[in-house]
Amino acid sequence: MSKQIVTEKDVGYIAKLAKIGLNKREKELYSGQINDILLFFARIKELNTEQIEPTFFEGTPSQHFHEDVVMPSLPQNIALGMTGCREDGYFEVPGIL
Amino acid sequence: MPLNELSVVDYLNKMNNREISAEQVLKDIFNQIDRIDKTVKSYLYLNKEEALSEAKKIDQKIKNNDIPPLAGLPVAINDNICTGGMETTAASRILKGFIPPYDATVIKRIKDAGGIIIGKTNLDEFAMGISNENSAFQITLNPWDRTRVPGGASGGSAAAVAADETLIALGTDTGGSVRLPASFCGISAIKPTYGRISRYGVIGCASSLEQIGIMGKGIKDLAILMNVISGYDELDSTSSHISTPDFLLSCREGINNLKFGIPKEFFSQDLDRGVKEKVIDSINRISQLGGKIEEVSLPNMEYALPAYSIIAMAEASSNLAKFDGISYGLRIEDSGDLEEMYLKTRGSGFGAEVIRRILLGTYVLTSNHYEDYYLKAQKIRSLIKKDFENVFKKFDLLIGPASPVPPFKLGEKEDEPLAQILAEIYTSPVNMAGLPAISINCGFTEKERLPVGLQIIGPPFQEEKILRVAYNLEQELKEINSVKPDLSF
Amino acid sequence: MGNDTVIGLEIHVQLLTKTKIFCNCSTDYFDQEPNSHTCPVCLGLPGSLPVLNKKAVDFAILTALALNCHINESNIFHRKNYFYPDLPKAYQISQFDRPLAENGFLEIRTEKSAESRNIRINRAHMEEDAGKLIHLERDGKTSSSLVDYNRSGIPLLEIVTEPDIQSSEEAIVFLQTLRSIVQYLGVCDGNLERGSMRCDANISIRNKENGELGTKTELKNMNSFRAIRQALDFEITRQRRLIEQGGKVLQETRRWDESSGKTVFMRSKEEALDYRYFPEPDLLPLFISQSWIESIENNIPELPDERKERFMKDYKLPHYDANRLVEVKPLGDYFERAAKNYNNYKQLANWILGELLCYLGQENIDIDKSPITPVALIELLELIDRGVISGKIAKNIFEEMFKTGQSAALLVEKSGSTQISNKEEIDDIIEKVVRDNCETVQDYISGKEKAIHFLVGQVMRYTKGRAQPDMVLSLLRERIDKT
Repeated sequence: MSKQIVTEKDVGYIAKLAKIGLNKREKELYSGQINDILLFFARIKELNTEQIEPTFFEGTPSQHFHEDVVMPSLPQNIALGMTGCREDGYFEVPGIL
Repeated sequence: MPLNELSVVDYLNKMNNREISAEQVLKDIFNQIDRIDKTVKSYLYLNKEEALSEAKKIDQKIKNNDIPPLAGLPVAINDNICTGGMETTAASRILKGFIPPYDATVIKRIKDAGGIIIGKTNLDEFAMGISNENSAFQITLNPWDRTRVPGGASGGSAAAVAADETLIALGTDTGGSVRLPASFCGISAIKPTYGRISRYGVIGCASSLEQIGIMGKGIKDLAILMNVISGYDELDSTSSHISTPDFLLSCREGINNLKFGIPKEFFSQDLDRGVKEKVIDSINRISQLGGKIEEVSLPNMEYALPAYSIIAMAEASSNLAKFDGISYGLRIEDSGDLEEMYLKTRGSGFGAEVIRRILLGTYVLTSNHYEDYYLKAQKIRSLIKKDFENVFKKFDLLIGPASPVPPFKLGEKEDEPLAQILAEIYTSPVNMAGLPAISINCGFTEKERLPVGLQIIGPPFQEEKILRVAYNLEQELKEINSVKPDLSF
Repeated sequence: MGNDTVIGLEIHVQLLTKTKIFCNCSTDYFDQEPNSHTCPVCLGLPGSLPVLNKKAVDFAILTALALNCHINESNIFHRKNYFYPDLPKAYQISQFDRPLAENGFLEIRTEKSAESRNIRINRAHMEEDAGKLIHLERDGKTSSSLVDYNRSGIPLLEIVTEPDIQSSEEAIVFLQTLRSIVQYLGVCDGNLERGSMRCDANISIRNKENGELGTKTELKNMNSFRAIRQALDFEITRQRRLIEQGGKVLQETRRWDESSGKTVFMRSKEEALDYRYFPEPDLLPLFISQSWIESIENNIPELPDERKERFMKDYKLPHYDANRLVEVKPLGDYFERAAKNYNNYKQLANWILGELLCYLGQENIDIDKSPITPVALIELLELIDRGVISGKIAKNIFEEMFKTGQSAALLVEKSGSTQISNKEEIDDIIEKVVRDNCETVQDYISGKEKAIHFLVGQVMRYTKGRAQPDMVLSLLRERIDKT
């Protein structure tokens, strides 16, 4: 038996954070697979990185800005045209209590 | 010779000499697609009518002596690059029917140079995978052996190029997604330095790792398209200000006296023997061409793949959060409850591999695990970068295999989530360091006659050197590269 | 019970750039058609990427400097991940552990206290605003919600204070002072009702005997100074009562409910989300050089405090007048525009702070849209100074000017309310008044000094106020002394 890093409950919690609906069977399946992959990830724990600075960004740091000049926006019908769920110029979603 | 088999170089020569028309070439391409794509399944979307009318316009222009740089060149685009007015799905159910109201910067540049977008090619959903089997819509087959996968994620583009269904194609490379399928399909592909090509319009999966790559039949073809799409873009904050050289010129010189490092970590026990043989064979040829060869070590390489995966999944979990069903894409709403809409839309809109990576990515970013996984992985990234920096102090380029294995059988690795990660063992460290690399076909395995890709890695913004070596090798391997897959079905 | 109130504020300031923080869409979204000010970037379409607005950084630095903050040289943007329909990418680009500015303070002075006090600023960071939601109700329940992304991507500066504020009054003064400063800097219009300045508060009670800080609650949804004061007062009382009665304050977020005048439970600490902050890989770190900071520092405009001192010195105004004139920048501007061509400064201040503000307030008009311009106002004041009309008449004329927008001179001429400076005309009236009021005249002659004021009043009545009272008085004395 390999070490258990995540339980089904953990996977349920992450799925809720990520807003992925999973049924019981899927939770079971994913928690096993995720566990395997996390065991593979665990390899990095061997390495001592205490003195190492992280590299969060790729690319040469540069001063990259946009000028404060207005450019045309998308017409309203185009902005709304990618969904059928719209109402009176707005996007419509189920009621938020 | 049918015109769809032309290289880009020959196409442009013939167009400039008025030997052929853009329309003729397109017709041959669409004939080929009509004939074989039911089987190979490279394309998700064909832009046939618009492409043909565009070709006519360009032919007319040429008649008036106005020849745009790409002269109507047909280009296939991986379906995770936004094409205005053309369905763009990233091979995901969640984006079925999505038509972006804008062009990616690379698309704009290709069109501005007189190139023609002929269609959108298949890929693993959101570029997550190594086989194209994770596409929500279809499985592309390897033109060399239709029982095998074309590689992923940009497998549709690779297969389309290999099967002469286009002259050239764009893919994206997050951890090997153009180099791996190029290797599997016996073509060439370049993943330029991070920042060389604008990412604006690429449906982002892992922002700090991915680059658009070019997939083609020959090295000069790659250089020609590099010239068109490279360079600073004000819409991408990570795009580099560095100037774009004429990449085609780099193919002129020899490789005498260049120093090549062979990372021993790329020849570990994971490497398939048949692949190893071909790679070593090519290294010998480079040596015969005057290159100086020496073994080197990249000591932290064994940590690169897990660290890469953590970062890629973390970024993907956030990048894919925007698919929430609200302003575009799939929405499943039956109970009038917002939370349920989110859960159902995302739970059924994404495939299993994508869900797995989103869950893992979410996990490594939660406050309890951030330090142990995400932060640690970013520190390892610094070590990987340092390893490469160190060897590039002494060597011009690094050489090794692109993939540890030749193309595998359809379904062979479907149930092995970890295998989806392991195939990128030699390609993903390059993305971790933002380096340019190429995969070039260097022959076929002895036993099964399956294509093998050689990977050449360079320091940041030294694509010219990579192209130069690749071109010299290509000339050397001409007899190998003249073999075509058998598509007489 | 002598327990102390402890308040910390988090203020979101919308920066007045022309374009959004990460794209070139216009920020002029208020009262516009919904979803008419969006693009792939602020709609969160796949493939779009953010590019930082330099002006937004300029404004953020400017504000942070005015709040005496230290500006960090190396800035990182983070993603704050959570799902909500007003957040198109399902993450907000914000700043986390490397904010733009830290460790500042703002000096405030309440009306009650003689001493001014520093409220420390913990940090100030840049982020993007979210869209706006409208909730449709059916049968008393929200049936569906509508989303407008016009506001999505408006640049915000979030300013977080230390828990240094001790009362709702201090909180209000802090906010007024801050609003005044951002208006002077030209970085925000400071309109709470429209949401261009928004305030959340953290409140707790400190036990005076053992110095222990109680559990805090976070308060949201306060859209005016009035609401903030009421909400804070309500929450302070609620917590104090709870403690007095031996209860426990729970760590939770509460919402101010305007209609019931209460704070109501929103969510508990346990329900707080894990936002999975991580550095935004689509934006490279932002380096703010010393020279960039200096170039902004050298261009900090005059701030309210400096202007107040100048008003007291240059215009010899009392502290109270100067303070009121400078608090709202356009009001101070109005005064100065008028004062350029008019030097009875005290009279000018009186009219602006009195009549003008009164009428503007009644009609709910902003000072910069005042129907009476500074030039029109000084024309009126000069008529008073020259004795053409009395102060009392001027007030009537002022009202007419406000209503019609016509000039003082024109209105005075129309109404014939010019003062009578013709001595003979007044002599005739005096003659009549003296004749008709023999008894009162006798009272005066016999030493009742006050009686003469009644006579002055009579004369004024006949002239309908068009005579100068001083002149009437001396003419009356002359006339009676002659007899």
